[in-house]
Amino acid sequence: MGCTAADVVAALRAAAEVVKEHRDELVRLDQAIGDGDHGENLRRGFTALLSRLDTEEPSSPGKVLKLVATTLISTVGGAAGPLYGTAFLRASAAVGDLEELDSDAVASALRAALDGVVARGKAVVGDKTMVDALTPAVAAAASVDGEVAAVLSAAADAAAEGAESTVPMVARKGRASYLGERSAGHLDPGARSTSLLLRAFADAAAKA
Amino acid sequence: MTAAASRVGLVIVSHSDMLANGVAELAGQMAPDVSVLPVGGTEEGGLGTDYGSVVEALADADSGTGVVVLYDLGSAKMTAEMAVESADDPSRYAVVDAPLVEGAVAAAVAAQGGASLADVAAAAEGASGETPASAPSRPALHVVPDAVSAEVLLTNEVGLHARPAALLARAVAELDAEVVVRYGDEEANAASVLALMGLSAPGGKSITVVATGKDAREAIRRIEELAERGFDD
Repeated sequence: MGCTAADVVAALRAAAEVVKEHRDELVRLDQAIGDGDHGENLRRGFTALLSRLDTEEPSSPGKVLKLVATTLISTVGGAAGPLYGTAFLRASAAVGDLEELDSDAVASALRAALDGVVARGKAVVGDKTMVDALTPAVAAAASVDGEVAAVLSAAADAAAEGAESTVPMVARKGRASYLGERSAGHLDPGARSTSLLLRAFADAAAKA
Repeated sequence: MTAAASRVGLVIVSHSDMLANGVAELAGQMAPDVSVLPVGGTEEGGLGTDYGSVVEALADADSGTGVVVLYDLGSAKMTAEMAVESADDPSRYAVVDAPLVEGAVAAAVAAQGGASLADVAAAAEGASGETPASAPSRPALHVVPDAVSAEVLLTNEVGLHARPAALLARAVAELDAEVVVRYGDEEANAASVLALMGLSAPGGKSITVVATGKDAREAIRRIEELAERGFDD
């Protein structure tokens, strides 16, 4: 059984709830090594997304993902806007007009999202960014043979581990890179939010 | 806006509205006929970048010859790049990696002089915070046999400061001539406002202008005339 447009919308509503719950945590993480706006920026973006989902009913999973992209790009205001925006835009293109997403489609959407983030932000693994969470997530998703929920769950677990791996890293991209060595010892807020979003998607898929 | 009709426009993307406006003000002073549009801050007036405003500014700044986009920090760059990619013809826009203030000034002056999109972008990218005058601009012209030169007294008080340097660069920009200005041991390409400013030539002193090319004499004449007028200070 695959994910319909309605399932994807449900997953995004769940993700918006998680973003709201973790807003303060993400702000704190970003205050430690960045400009402190990540939690609020994401909350603003996902709040805007919720109101668009209330009024618009995209007819396919790809169209839902595209709506997410354009909303985040135009409302987030920080680096997460273009980065998550590009991720969702590429994911949308990857799934095309499919009516339902099976595990393969989800895995390739994640791969496309990662490629988009890398193309946009020019970060590689080890730079202490969301790429450190998304890269292992993509690999895990590709290695799992099962339902969409299982694929997303493996991706979320790998992303959580990848996010934790950013703690000792010295940032080489984004605002945190200005801190140099002082950025070590802190969890990267972008990696953290990536892992939170994937966990929210996985939990929603498990319920669907 | 007919004056800007044939000139490359500039868009300054910053996290801060004040910063974007300040840079645009400074660059605009050097280039009265160039559209220099600031875009800073989020829609609610906070720090950040607003994608929709950047998209609008790109369209507004483009009078037909393209737009050079300068940015302050990482996410402003990403927002600018996304806005360019979304345009009907992304090739009309160049997001340049340049020091924001020096790059904007250099780009504005190049655009005022009628430079192409690629040349305006190159002017911005070539602007660095280091003393431009000490960087070799091009082969020394004194070895060129057909060079024309003149000693020009800087009659204004501030000498070859920002505005006079911009006027000088602009005066010769459209001519078919290679112009070099020397002061002391330093030499600057007259096409580069920053290099001219880097000479730190004060009022009351003389600079040496050396020009080659078809319009060499006209270049010298224009610079002498500017200096005689005290650069309109």
